[in-house]
Amino acid sequence: MTSLTAKREAEPGFWLSRQYNRLTLKQRRTLMGYLFIMPFILGFLVWWLGPAMVAGYLTVHKWNFLSAPRFIGLAHFEKLVSDPILAQSLKVTIVFSAISVPLGLVFAFFLASLINSKFRFIAIFRTIYFLPSIVPAVANAILWAWLFNTEFGLINYIIRAFGGPKIGWLQDPNWVMLAFVILTVWGVGGSMIIFLAGLQGIPQIFYEAAEIDGAGRWQRLLHVTLPMMSPIIFFNLVIGFINSFQVFVSALLITDGGPQRATLFLVLHIWRTAFSSQKMGYASVLSWLLFAILMLLSFFVFRYIGSRVYYENPGE
Amino acid sequence: MGFSERSTDFIDSKRVAKSRTDIFFHWLTLFLLVFFAVVMITPFLWLLSSSLKTQINIFQFPPQLIPDPFMPQNYVYALTYKPFGLYFRNTLIVAGLNVLAVVFTSSFCAYGFARMRFPGRDFWFGIVMATLFLPYAILLVPSFIIFSRLGWVDTFLPLVVPQFFGGGAFNIFLMRQFFRTIPEEIADAARIDGCSEFGVYWRIMLPLSKPALITIAIFTFLFAWNDLIGPMTYLRSPDNFTIAVGLASFRSQTDIHWDLQLAASTAVTLPVIVLFFLAQRYFIQGVVMTGLKG
Repeated sequence: MTSLTAKREAEPGFWLSRQYNRLTLKQRRTLMGYLFIMPFILGFLVWWLGPAMVAGYLTVHKWNFLSAPRFIGLAHFEKLVSDPILAQSLKVTIVFSAISVPLGLVFAFFLASLINSKFRFIAIFRTIYFLPSIVPAVANAILWAWLFNTEFGLINYIIRAFGGPKIGWLQDPNWVMLAFVILTVWGVGGSMIIFLAGLQGIPQIFYEAAEIDGAGRWQRLLHVTLPMMSPIIFFNLVIGFINSFQVFVSALLITDGGPQRATLFLVLHIWRTAFSSQKMGYASVLSWLLFAILMLLSFFVFRYIGSRVYYENPGE
Repeated sequence: MGFSERSTDFIDSKRVAKSRTDIFFHWLTLFLLVFFAVVMITPFLWLLSSSLKTQINIFQFPPQLIPDPFMPQNYVYALTYKPFGLYFRNTLIVAGLNVLAVVFTSSFCAYGFARMRFPGRDFWFGIVMATLFLPYAILLVPSFIIFSRLGWVDTFLPLVVPQFFGGGAFNIFLMRQFFRTIPEEIADAARIDGCSEFGVYWRIMLPLSKPALITIAIFTFLFAWNDLIGPMTYLRSPDNFTIAVGLASFRSQTDIHWDLQLAASTAVTLPVIVLFFLAQRYFIQGVVMTGLKG
């Protein structure tokens, strides 16, 4: 009898359950809570904090991946300030974001209002508008390289059919940015669907009340739709900026950064620095720079635009 | 009496005037709907048409709209020029494991964030949201160094294992929002019947969350199918390539064979479109119900 109890007590499961029974209700809840979010915590430590520390270590080291890392102090940061390729790549990325994000946002909102109307076959239109955004990135790049082909592409064919000039979309540094904006705006289906969900969540009664008060279409848009949609507009704006700073596949496959580095987006520059030039240290510095830019951008967006957002249930 | 008659007259005349602008906006909306539908669909038709042309006809100006001769053989050439069957298998392995990982671990974490009260919860949820705003391009280089130290380069592990740890901030966020729409009373009833906290998650919350789970499963599958930067960074030997890397290397090797490149692109796009049509109902429902608010 005693030997049986002793045997049970020696089992780790028994010991654990007895420890668990000793806890207060609050302690048990905390334990269970952390048990549930444990995968994320572990993942954050291993796949976010770990790499961030590796990148921090490498910012002050020179490393070509083969020999041992060599300490070089702040030399990478001095290079950062005087690197003309980096300056070009920053310029490209920022100009692209500044044009494509607002344009994409307005276009997505516009399309969402169109497909929010009541027509018989509206589901077909919703599907057609959404399809471009699910085309695999590589296939998308090949498709647009062909559409923008100077001699045989459809876009130049249409322009020339209307008597326009033959545009070197992918050869002319002045036109290539517009080409990238067009192909980005074509694929706004994702934010369009999020806008649509928001539009359908606005209670109809607000529109009826505004109409009784004599508000026209324009006023209803300005004073009902936009304020009610502001959290979603804000969400799409932030996501739009983050995506626009990550252009990679199209820049790599359509133009390979050219012509004359006109599409050398920042992530492409980082990727080449790390994996073509094997400069792991400098690539880490560039990664930290991208991080700093996004932090700064998020800060300004939250500070100056986030404060104008209307929330129905604050603190929810 | 006279007053009220006059006022209804006024309303009626206004209604007639309003319905005229309504008719105008009705037709304007319909026109714009059709116009943009044409704009959106034309690149697809151009892709399909070009992929069925001969190599000579594709370089013709003005272009042929309906291919003549008709070249469905392009698809056979393109898909056998490189082992696309093998790429397809590799992609299914990676995407399937990703879906499995994301569906279970993101809902598991989300349950903790949505339904448990404990000190530090809001702090950790703040970190979830912070990682949502940090693209993984930032971590590309240092992660590669860690994975190469682990000896995982040229395996599927770097593309799969991290997903088992929470499955990404966006999915945790989406599942948490969805869980919060399910009445707590259902969970309480189960607890009174002796259900453990894990049982509530597994037997109550998961079955009630099918639309949201299917939504994140589709997102995850599409992401894994489309992703180039991850597989291109980690996979070295052609036998391990996914569809995306295979197609990219196919393009770099068949420089001017637009007919074949476009045929391969169409073939890679088609499964995605089919999947979207099959799951469309759940997908739209999932986004709308979750609402992405607050």
